Amino acid sequence: MNAETGNPSAAAAVEVREVEKVFGPPTTGARALAGVSLNILDNEFFTLLGPSGCGKTTLLRIIAGFETVTSGRVFLFGDEIEDLPPNKRPVNTVFQQYALFPHMSVAENVAFGLHRLRHPKAEVAKRVDEALDLVQLGEFAARRPSQLSGGQQQRVALARALAPRPKVLLLDEPLSALDLKLRQAMRVELKSLQEETGITFIFVTHDQEEALTMSDRIAVMSRGEVQQIGTAHDIYDRPRNRFVADFIGETNLLDVTVENVDDGSVACRLQDGGLLQATPSGEAAAGTAGHVSIRPEQLVLVPPQEPALMQGVVDRLIYLGTDNQHLVQLADGSEIRVRTQAAQQAEKDFAPGDKVGIRVNPGTARLLVD
Amino acid sequence: MSTGIRKPARKIDLRRYPGFVHLAVFCMIILYAPLLIVAVYSFNASTSITLWGGFSLQWYEEVFFGLESAKFKDAAWNSFTIAISAAVVSTCFATSAALGMLRAGEFRGRPVSFALINLPLMVPEIVTAVATLIFFNWINFERGIGTILVAHIVFCIPFAYLPIAARLEGISGIYEQAALDLYATRWEAFRLVLLPLMAPGVLSGFLLAFIISLDDFIITNFVKGAGVETLPTAIFGAVKQGIKPNIMAISTLLLVLSFIFVTLSWLIGRMGTDSGRAAD
Repeated sequence: MNAETGNPSAAAAVEVREVEKVFGPPTTGARALAGVSLNILDNEFFTLLGPSGCGKTTLLRIIAGFETVTSGRVFLFGDEIEDLPPNKRPVNTVFQQYALFPHMSVAENVAFGLHRLRHPKAEVAKRVDEALDLVQLGEFAARRPSQLSGGQQQRVALARALAPRPKVLLLDEPLSALDLKLRQAMRVELKSLQEETGITFIFVTHDQEEALTMSDRIAVMSRGEVQQIGTAHDIYDRPRNRFVADFIGETNLLDVTVENVDDGSVACRLQDGGLLQATPSGEAAAGTAGHVSIRPEQLVLVPPQEPALMQGVVDRLIYLGTDNQHLVQLADGSEIRVRTQAAQQAEKDFAPGDKVGIRVNPGTARLLVD
Repeated sequence: MSTGIRKPARKIDLRRYPGFVHLAVFCMIILYAPLLIVAVYSFNASTSITLWGGFSLQWYEEVFFGLESAKFKDAAWNSFTIAISAAVVSTCFATSAALGMLRAGEFRGRPVSFALINLPLMVPEIVTAVATLIFFNWINFERGIGTILVAHIVFCIPFAYLPIAARLEGISGIYEQAALDLYATRWEAFRLVLLPLMAPGVLSGFLLAFIISLDDFIITNFVKGAGVETLPTAIFGAVKQGIKPNIMAISTLLLVLSFIFVTLSWLIGRMGTDSGRAAD
């Protein structure tokens, strides 16, 4: 980012700089975006992830041109675009509700953008065929959208948005209306489409699983701010703050006091006295209070007589198909989730009422400094 | 059920209320019996309007080829020209109004505009008629076909507006956004996407405006110039000299036409709403 020079970053497909968006009067209105800055690289599958109301859709609509910014700037491959209307921006959108034109055939829908760009007829026909082949809907060209299933409509929406070969494709929760099986299949399909076309995808979702499986990088958003930007591994294994740790996947948050800081590793004192080594998310100072995040799958249950970090009683055992989840109650009344793989550990499962010891896999605890 | 206690019905069934059937039948008779009698007696072979003398088409023949046929043909010609022109113009106004009300976002005076558009439906027609007449006199506008046309355009707007606005309300703004996103200009987004989607509403509004204009008597009677007649005023003029069966024939023809147009308007207004709204 060249924030100091004011020049747009050349490598970025989309650069969002200090964007603020307030709906309604500037002082009393609803603040949807509170100064968001991010760079989305060319050829990247970038995901905006966050709960509803976090501002992710607003940001997408600003990039598409459907919303104006209250302050801040938006660049597309180095060109400032915040004053351009949507039809002047070389970006296309796949809408959540697809928004296929019901009075046009599938082929006419896909051709719409190409006609508006005044491509010659022969080329339009060729590119409509290509786009429909890309989403494997070639044989449905003459159908009306209403004659297609939800999954097929979704793919037509994709073909329609891809046919004009936009520089950036915006996807606004496009999978949320599909059922689970189809959603999972479409994740793979979307990712391979992005790789095949080389177009930058900006994908908005509230579904962390979707984000983790498809994205090159993810921006986790909350309350109009970017909480963390990173790869799936970054945000899952090295969450920067409590919100990210809690929102991405499941986690156990333990109250601790920092005992000792030793470059790259901190010793944390648990409430019940145990000492735990954790990697800090930022600068940690000895004596301060904080939270340690440990993923349920990084905890191991052992019989009570064996050495362990914590002691507790199994409260509940939940069968999740591939996994078993144990809810273990600690002495102070708080509850901890422990996940074991059902196939491997069936014989080691503990039943409700059993006393257990809890161990932490080394190097997996993270101290959240925020 | 016989105990008089029953579980709350999922939907209140009006037909269960005591006396519902009787009341309904009574109302239907009051509303439609006169129309039915007129329609039946228009095929009467006798000149009496109360005694049945056998089936005949002579009054229809009289309408088209009789002594008064020239007068009625002139009136019909006036009526249709006015109705078509008034419907076309008022539909354009109503479409613009609907777009402004429903697509221009919130603006100051929107509730007032809404009231103003629909007010003519509430104002007694005789008041509008007198006011229009005074207005034309005041600006020294010579009365004739022109004044009728202007008056009809004005009072047809709310009738055209209702089905158009109802249709437009059901069309999600997402289609226009998708069109803009796909490089359409605002005009192209309207012409290629929104207008085809709202077309049934527009057509429905047009038909309604047409039939309202065709049927209008009170306002027309006030603002028409001397010697200019539309079908309703011509019929009224003829009735003043005594009711003849040929009036019944003309009335029946008008009735059939109205029936066709209102039905068409209703059917077209419903057209495509299943697919159109499901996709929202």
